Amino acid sequence: MNAAIVLFPGINRERDMALALERASGRRPAMLWHRDTALPEGLDLVVLPGGFSYGDYLRCGAMAAQSPILGAVREFAARGGHVLGVCNGFQILCEAGLLPGALLRNATLRFLSMDCHLRVEAEGTAFTRLWKRGDVFRAPMAHGDGNYFADADTLDRLEGENRVAFRYCTPEGAVTPEACLNGAIRNIAGVLSENRRVLGLMPHPENHVDPLLGSEEGMPLFRSLAETLVAA
Amino acid sequence: MKLRVTVMPKNGVLDPQGKAIGHALGTLGFAGVGEVRAGKVIELELAETDPEAAKRQAGEMARRLLANMVIESFSVELA
Repeated sequence: MNAAIVLFPGINRERDMALALERASGRRPAMLWHRDTALPEGLDLVVLPGGFSYGDYLRCGAMAAQSPILGAVREFAARGGHVLGVCNGFQILCEAGLLPGALLRNATLRFLSMDCHLRVEAEGTAFTRLWKRGDVFRAPMAHGDGNYFADADTLDRLEGENRVAFRYCTPEGAVTPEACLNGAIRNIAGVLSENRRVLGLMPHPENHVDPLLGSEEGMPLFRSLAETLVAA
Repeated sequence: MKLRVTVMPKNGVLDPQGKAIGHALGTLGFAGVGEVRAGKVIELELAETDPEAAKRQAGEMARRLLANMVIESFSVELA
């Protein structure tokens, strides 16, 4: 799997992401700069990592969505390339129109830095093939704007096309309002594009890939990608 | 030519910031405060001298960047 991580000013999770990708695939991802206008040849995966690109000015991800590299990422996605956006990366994908909806300020107005539990909703995608629908895993989250919103028609379409990838849930897998601390509509933590090759999610599975840090529960996501894209 | 773009959360979109401000006003003793909604104001200085053309330009800027049309609406006026 040939992966590349895009760096924007203010991003801070790129090294965690690089470790997770290398652990899963055995290959070190390339690092790209936001001013680049082209992606390297033969790329299988582009990752927009977490952080606070451009200081979250105007809206989270709004500035990054207009940066030069996004044109190349948009073309890559249009050609059927796989794109993963985590946390700020998810916000950027929404602002760029590569995923539907938007991320609002957390309903409590609090920055949430803690573990959450996610239930896998969409199985068999390049990101989730090593999980089954209904599987629950733990992942850290760290965000002030993770309150997913889309209008009712968009939400119904997402659900109808099985494009909700993950939902916030209790450790037992129950999808309840209490398990959804940021207030995201219908407990949505991650969504897929129409061709299921672009995924955005708020929590950080890349921070649960090493037993030294207490958990490897995020690993299936990266192994799924490595297994899917090794053949590509 | 100076223009003012006002960006507000759309009706029906949760506005936790507005809610918190309303709550704080109640705490300060201001009675009778109904719904409070918080948005942002962006002032632009444009080279364009025709007011209608300038408004159209600012509207295009709002649609493409200043507002996120999924969650926000905007209005444009001459400042």
